[in-house]
Amino acid sequence: MIDEAGNSISLPVIEANGVYKIFGRKPERAIERVRSGATREDLREDGLTAAVIDASFDVSEGEIFVVMGLSGSGKSTLIRMVNGLLMPTAGSMNVGGHDITKLATKELRQVRREKVSMVFQHFALLPHRTVGENAAYGLKVQGLNRADRERKADEALEMVGLGGWGGSLPGELSGGMRQRVGLARALAAETDVMLMDEAFSALDPLIRREMQDQLVELQHQLGKTILFITHDLNEAMRLGDRIAMMREGRIVQIGTAEQILNDPANDYVAQFVQDVDRTRVLTAAAIMEPAVAVLGSGQGPRAAHKLMRENQTSTLMVVDRDRHLRGVVHENDVAEAVRAGADNLTGLLRSAVTVRLETVVADLFTAAAESPAALAVVDDEGRLRGVIARVTLLNALGDPTMTVEHTGPEREVVR
Amino acid sequence: MSTLLSQTDGTGIPRIRVGDGIETVFDWVDDNLGGFFTAVRDVITTSTDGLTDLLTKPDAVVLAILLALLAWLLKDWKFAIVSLVGLAFIISVEQWDNAMKTLSLVLIATIIALIIAIPLGIAAARSPRVSSVVRPVMDLMQTMPAFVWLVPVVTLLSIGVAGGVVATVIFCLPPGVRLTELGIRQVDPEVVEAGHAFGSSSGQILRGIQLPLAMPTIMAGVNQVIMLALSMAVIAGLVGAGGLGGAVTSSISRLDIGLGFEAGLSVVVLAIYLDRVTAAVGQRGPGGGTFSGLSRLLRRSRAGAKTA
Repeated sequence: MIDEAGNSISLPVIEANGVYKIFGRKPERAIERVRSGATREDLREDGLTAAVIDASFDVSEGEIFVVMGLSGSGKSTLIRMVNGLLMPTAGSMNVGGHDITKLATKELRQVRREKVSMVFQHFALLPHRTVGENAAYGLKVQGLNRADRERKADEALEMVGLGGWGGSLPGELSGGMRQRVGLARALAAETDVMLMDEAFSALDPLIRREMQDQLVELQHQLGKTILFITHDLNEAMRLGDRIAMMREGRIVQIGTAEQILNDPANDYVAQFVQDVDRTRVLTAAAIMEPAVAVLGSGQGPRAAHKLMRENQTSTLMVVDRDRHLRGVVHENDVAEAVRAGADNLTGLLRSAVTVRLETVVADLFTAAAESPAALAVVDDEGRLRGVIARVTLLNALGDPTMTVEHTGPEREVVR
Repeated sequence: MSTLLSQTDGTGIPRIRVGDGIETVFDWVDDNLGGFFTAVRDVITTSTDGLTDLLTKPDAVVLAILLALLAWLLKDWKFAIVSLVGLAFIISVEQWDNAMKTLSLVLIATIIALIIAIPLGIAAARSPRVSSVVRPVMDLMQTMPAFVWLVPVVTLLSIGVAGGVVATVIFCLPPGVRLTELGIRQVDPEVVEAGHAFGSSSGQILRGIQLPLAMPTIMAGVNQVIMLALSMAVIAGLVGAGGLGGAVTSSISRLDIGLGFEAGLSVVVLAIYLDRVTAAVGQRGPGGGTFSGLSRLLRRSRAGAKTA
């Protein structure tokens, strides 16, 4: 699908609308009360637990959507409502065009077989079956014949780096490898949607990091839609295209890592993100500013001089017609060339320090220190996408919610 | 009701004639369902006698060696030797035929008990309501003194091996039900959830996940069923079930100390054999006996052949 601006946008694959889950006897009666303002504590007195309250979100095709919250925030309940392991008490849950809440048991099983697979926190492998048989579990349930099953399971194991382990038992594998089997089982089922319930939380930090990288890589390769649950904010920020922050059953904010860091919806989120190492989350793409003044590679020193004066800058990025970065020119060189009456940029171009869009801020400092000019942010094709001046870099480090006091002749305090 | 209720001495609490009531029920059952019980008796008697014939047909030594080989296959060579010595002892005290009769009674009772117990245990594990009904019934069956069952069983099935088998089934059933229920309840809920998440039906989850993972516990239940069946089979000698129980009973009535101990020690040998063998079957799995080793080998070679 194409939107008005000409960008391709995809329909949401998962769409939750006003989803509630309340545990206890006769949970329906509590919905109205919660809607009219009853708190979780009010319900608890009546023996009801409001696990998820009025959750609405959508996940687009090929997106990694992370639901982040502490234990008891309702995130595990939320993910189980996506494939109907738990039925919403109210609201609708659309997955791949099916409203989970309206399906008969048999249709629901069909959706689980063909549309949604799941990866579990403690792997949930069958200890009495081999790695290969575990990876093929979903296919067996789908009713695939043995040969196809084994072939696809082997492919999936290959993808997660467990080629050749098919004959082993899960008990012989380390935790990280077992979760790879869990991942292979979900991949082998060839569903568009993958639900991951704290999938990496039981792994030690090094392995966890490795698995996160692998997941992102697999997602790029296969374009799966992934709903990922975690209580680890750093994991959420690293994986999530978008993040939903949950607290006490409610989704308090949905946004990209940058949005949540820079514009927390409330004090809870702000408090939560204050310890995050911003330099490891924010990328060059997030903090760069558009390069307003760029010089065409066909223009001469006079044009450069004029542009510099107009924009009060001492350096200019030089790009060709396709915006490929050719280099940078400096004020002194330009002034010299103008005096000498040169009419092209030959000999003036210096190499520009470039960084990539996805480089995290932490990796920009060395480059910024070495470069007298601003950093040039380029995409995969080498096109100039933006610039990062040193002051921009410093700004990005600061807490956006902080108040700044100015002291000087005017003696005024500016927020 | 006036015939059933009167006053207990001085306490003011009415005397409830439960005993009379139960007798009435049994009389009614005997009068009206006699045909059914005759059929039950015939089936049980035929199968038990048939199995006894089968076990006594080969030469005692040959069968003893076969049983020892089975012990080797399921456990190890050390236990095979112990079994062989024990079985040779039974032959040497001339209790072999009695032992085989008891063994067939135990096996038939166990099979019947398991046919009832395992589905009941599964139902109890899946439904709290079934569980809450089954539990007190199991308590009753297990704690009621074993002798109490003998009389009504004899009333319904008359003296003989069938009565022995039925009394044994009643006595040995509960651990089969309980441990099946426990085993299934203990299966990691996340694994069951994984089964649901990939679209398995409840039948597929039962067969592919719950039963295999509950198997060690269920086998512990089977082991308990067999052991209880053996202990009851001896008591069943009182109602003419014969076998080692018959020998023990006659040694009591004749005050024959020697015969009592010979038959009693034979029971001990059977008990040890059955216990170790079923326990070995139950432990199949990681690091289990020859069977599991064999199946692992097969699996490896299959996987190897595939990659080659």
